[in-house]
Amino acid sequence: MRMFTDRFAGRGKPDPFAIAVAGAGLAFAGMGYAFWRRRQKRGAEPERIATDAPHWTLDKRSARALFGKSVLVNRPREEVFAAWKVERFPEFMENVVAVEPLGGGSARWTIKGPARREVHLVNSITESIENETISWHSDAESEIANSGEVRFADAPAGRGTYVTLILAYDPPGGKLGRLGAKLLQREPEVQARRDLHRFKQLMETGEVTSNASPSARKSESPVEPHI
Amino acid sequence: MRAVTWQGRHKISVETVPDPEIVNPRDAILRVTSTAICGSDLHLYDGFIPGMRAGDIVGHEFMGEVVEVGSGSTLKQGQRVVVPFTISCGSCFFCEKQQYSACDNSNPSETRDASELLMGHAMGAAFGYAHLTGGYAGGQAEYVRVPYSDVGPVIIPDDLPDDDVLFLSDILPTGWHAAVNADIEPGDTVAVWGCGPVGLFTIQSALLLGAGRVIAIDHFPARLRLAKQLGAEILDYTQVDVREALNEMTGGIGPDACIDCVGMESHGFTPDNILDQVKVQIYSVTERPHALRQAILACRKGGRVSIPGVYGGFADKFPLGQLMEKGLTVKSGQTPVQKYSGELLKMIQDGKFDTTSLVSHHAALEDAAEMYRHWHGEQNDYTKIILKPGLEKGAVQARKESEHADA
Ligand SMILES: NC(=O)c1ccc[n+]([C@@H]2O[C@H](COP(=O)([O-])OP(=O)(O)OC[C@H]3O[C@@H](n4cnc5c(N)ncnc54)[C@H](O)[C@@H]3O)[C@@H](O)[C@H]2O)c1
Ligand SMILES: [Zn+2]
Ligand SMILES: [Zn+2]
Repeated sequence: MRMFTDRFAGRGKPDPFAIAVAGAGLAFAGMGYAFWRRRQKRGAEPERIATDAPHWTLDKRSARALFGKSVLVNRPREEVFAAWKVERFPEFMENVVAVEPLGGGSARWTIKGPARREVHLVNSITESIENETISWHSDAESEIANSGEVRFADAPAGRGTYVTLILAYDPPGGKLGRLGAKLLQREPEVQARRDLHRFKQLMETGEVTSNASPSARKSESPVEPHI
Repeated sequence: MRAVTWQGRHKISVETVPDPEIVNPRDAILRVTSTAICGSDLHLYDGFIPGMRAGDIVGHEFMGEVVEVGSGSTLKQGQRVVVPFTISCGSCFFCEKQQYSACDNSNPSETRDASELLMGHAMGAAFGYAHLTGGYAGGQAEYVRVPYSDVGPVIIPDDLPDDDVLFLSDILPTGWHAAVNADIEPGDTVAVWGCGPVGLFTIQSALLLGAGRVIAIDHFPARLRLAKQLGAEILDYTQVDVREALNEMTGGIGPDACIDCVGMESHGFTPDNILDQVKVQIYSVTERPHALRQAILACRKGGRVSIPGVYGGFADKFPLGQLMEKGLTVKSGQTPVQKYSGELLKMIQDGKFDTTSLVSHHAALEDAAEMYRHWHGEQNDYTKIILKPGLEKGAVQARKESEHADA
């Protein structure tokens, strides 16, 4: 203990951190003042300018849920496009139970929904451009109205392919239903994001990543992934 | 099998759990022969790493014998391998750039969400280190599943004993990477905070990379003595004002490079660290970056700061203006272990590193709970612990007294 008293008493040099600690109180006071100033200034918003942000990232209010997610896949664009086909979906789309082709670019999807329910979608491809894009929208009999697009673009500097999945849908049960599904990890946005990552894993590593391994939790098995 | 599990803050227990199995083609299963406890495990033990769950198997420094392989593995049964603590796929953008610890595939879809939320981008995965980094079982166990076994594991020639090569799993490449990140120029003075295992390998690496002198800082006599043996000049921060001493040792300009081998649980009774301690107790601040603050203030203008020490989130009272005004360069990160495995194995074979004198204890895996307690509470005597799954419970071997008795 003697050592510390010596040090504090002996050396008169102010420690910058002691000063910083004292300054913390002042900072709080300053913050209050800044908020008050901002309130006074409201109202004079400048004119808005169109930017290059992807449309799905812009803040827009809508009853439809809109979601977009891009991943970099370190493989050539042709190879990535060729792998994005219905027969391979169950390999990386965890919630897809089955996809039955109905002919003419239409398919019936069976998907795991919240609370062990199954959801059926009937979607038709509206446009498909080799190595670039695939778009679809749902038919009338689909249980969830939805539309979407997958885009494939060259990443710069030989990094492979940017794959973008854009999805718009009417959330069953509205906002509340969406929140409920999110909590159950069955919300389409959560599913789509995870599926997209599994697709990337499959393309880059040849397998879908799994943390399946033992633990001392009785509820878990060493061959199934866990959160 | 038997495995060391985390059950909560300061609660470690050895439990019987199911054996690991091959899940993916590139997997391998090892029978663990040696596994060490790390300073990073101390952060888990103290409950500072978010995303741990009761029942998790810990341990990220391990080696063993290959007992089973998947169809895509390049390993063969019976091979002895050391496994990097970072799990890396070898084929994503980051792995191709040799930024293996940033691997974009090893953290599974299910666990990467939380990681992305906290860090901005999902972290790469590691063994036995919380669900933000993948939630994989660790290697302080009899057996362990190793994903991407064709990329990470380092095959060890039979004539090299476990103790010589075990640290290729983490602390040796971490010390090396810390020194590489300090961009050392010939004759530089390098200051190293912390003489734990990471600091001790950083000291050796800095000298090998051309530093003229290394000044090491800690407060445990046994650890400072090890630093001195390895060629460092030493400072006990309870005896001096560290910044004053560093300035006086460098003609007033400060060290050219400063390396933080302490991390988020700085010791010491300085005003900033006492305040951090209080905050950690009262609300959920995880960082106590006293050593890093000191390193930034001590570093010479235009110098380099390298941070191998682990931090978990937002830090308070960070000397940002000092960093900017002095024009410092900062490099940090979990070690991309795979990048260095080959050259470091060769350097061990050439006798360039002392990998064994820091090891203070060998103990049975069964005694893990007690060893964690010692590692946490008696850092002067316990400088590195290796757990052996084969040993009888209670069969602890301490380093020969003569080698580290207080002189
Ligand atoms: N970046 C990586 O990949 C990586 C890998 C392994 C370990 N780490 C981290 O490196 C750090 C060190 O690991 P370790 O195994 O050597 O841990 P350790 O706990 O054994 O060593 C830390 C040392 O720092 C000393 N110390 C504490 N406060 C200090 C201060 N104010 N000034 C000087 N020294 C001080 C302690 O006395 C101790 O000897 C940890 O944060 C660990 O998590 C990082
Ligand atoms: Zn470690
Ligand atoms: Zn990778």
